Amino acid sequence: MNVPENLKYTKDHEWIRVEEDGIATVGITDFAQGELGDIVFVEAETVDNMVFVGESFGTVEAVKTVSDLFMPVSGDVLELNPELEDTPELVNQDPYEKGWMIKVKMSDPSEVDKLMDAESYKKMLES
Amino acid sequence: MIVKKTLLNDIHRQNGGKMVDFAGFEMPLQFTTIKEEHMTVRQKVGVFDVSHMGEFWVKGSGAAELIQFVTTNDISVLKPGQAQYSCLPNGRGGIVDDLLVYFFEPEKYLLVVNAANIDKDWKWINSQNTFGAVLENSSDNISQLAIQGPKALSVLKKLTDVDLENIKYYYFTAGSFAEVDNVIISATGYTGAGGFEIYCYNEDLLKIYSAVIKAGEDFGISPVGLGARDSLRLEMGYCLYGNDIDDTTSPIEAGLGWITKFNDHNDFIDKSVLLAQKKAGVTRCLKGFKMIDRGIPRHGYELVDNDGNVIGRVTSGTQSFMLNKGIGMGYVNKEFYATGTELFVKARGKLLKAEIIKTPFV
Repeated sequence: MNVPENLKYTKDHEWIRVEEDGIATVGITDFAQGELGDIVFVEAETVDNMVFVGESFGTVEAVKTVSDLFMPVSGDVLELNPELEDTPELVNQDPYEKGWMIKVKMSDPSEVDKLMDAESYKKMLES
Repeated sequence: MIVKKTLLNDIHRQNGGKMVDFAGFEMPLQFTTIKEEHMTVRQKVGVFDVSHMGEFWVKGSGAAELIQFVTTNDISVLKPGQAQYSCLPNGRGGIVDDLLVYFFEPEKYLLVVNAANIDKDWKWINSQNTFGAVLENSSDNISQLAIQGPKALSVLKKLTDVDLENIKYYYFTAGSFAEVDNVIISATGYTGAGGFEIYCYNEDLLKIYSAVIKAGEDFGISPVGLGARDSLRLEMGYCLYGNDIDDTTSPIEAGLGWITKFNDHNDFIDKSVLLAQKKAGVTRCLKGFKMIDRGIPRHGYELVDNDGNVIGRVTSGTQSFMLNKGIGMGYVNKEFYATGTELFVKARGKLLKAEIIKTPFV
């Protein structure tokens, strides 16, 4: 199971990477994409809206199932990864890089500290 | 409950199969991705382990009479070596199961039933056997592979002297295959991609499976799981027992009128009630629909009209990999029978537009 060290994780299997200027990138983990199977599309109707931590920012539809996507932190949803429109399978193939889902302008960057690090997330998966 | 395993369980695991419980069996859902496996079957050739299916022999002087009575289709039209799709009415206008009837010779038939219904069907058919037929449940002794796709013939032809080209659709023969005698080779399948289904004894399965995989290497053969089996059958608009048909749906409602034969010489359970339905028309019917809005219809989602009234429910749904669109089936009332009629799928609170289309979807 691929769990990069430099990211933070939620119990719902989202990851977040803090970029510059209070912007963060959010996606789902390798474990999550494996559980979902063939991803058919990703929707984020919350683009241009402020969404609080723990609230749903969108949905991911796979062939076998559909799942809500949850905000790891509070903030404005700036954009949905445009590549996913035509190639949603990027989430399966490269969940941490090309398969990222949204960019967020964080309203309280300190929320990131409350998330799991790679070590804790791995432990959660194992338990 | 004990979960059964087919003889290929270890091999599925070695091949990276993601195993799930299905109908009391541990079966592979997928090996790579459902889409990849789906397209392999549509474009090349794939192998399904369908050993979980049930097989009943029906023999003896009352065999034909029993099968004619418990199934809706007319077996009197069968020639030796011919198979027939049919269903078992339940005496209350519903369906016990759908099945294949193989006609070997007078007084020898094989019934192939859904894994989830083996016990139920066995009890039901026995309870109707006032004809003195001899029944034998060989479900635990017979294994089955489905080799499906446009290259299936080229692959299998390497493994047998049997003239596969001349086995017509829904016919079968028994012969030597992969150096195993008495293998049943049947030009049937539930994918719409063409190909064969192979029945053998459990002890020969590994040998046959390995031979098929090896013979198929040059044709890009790969194992295929239940996920693609479902998306393939749904693209063809084929019913899945437990989803689209069950003890509460009639064959007429389910669009299975074509396997419900009301000939004078075909006397079967529920004949009069089903005939009445056919004459008077039914109040709901299983129809296929294609998504206009983006979304995947899923089993249990409500189907609603323009005004938001519930008019039915999704019985099966998936993403069609050939159409790149969501497709589904569901029971709807009369106003929605016509092709092109607009309706909505209520998906997690959202109304997504869809239209009735004639199946097969591809």
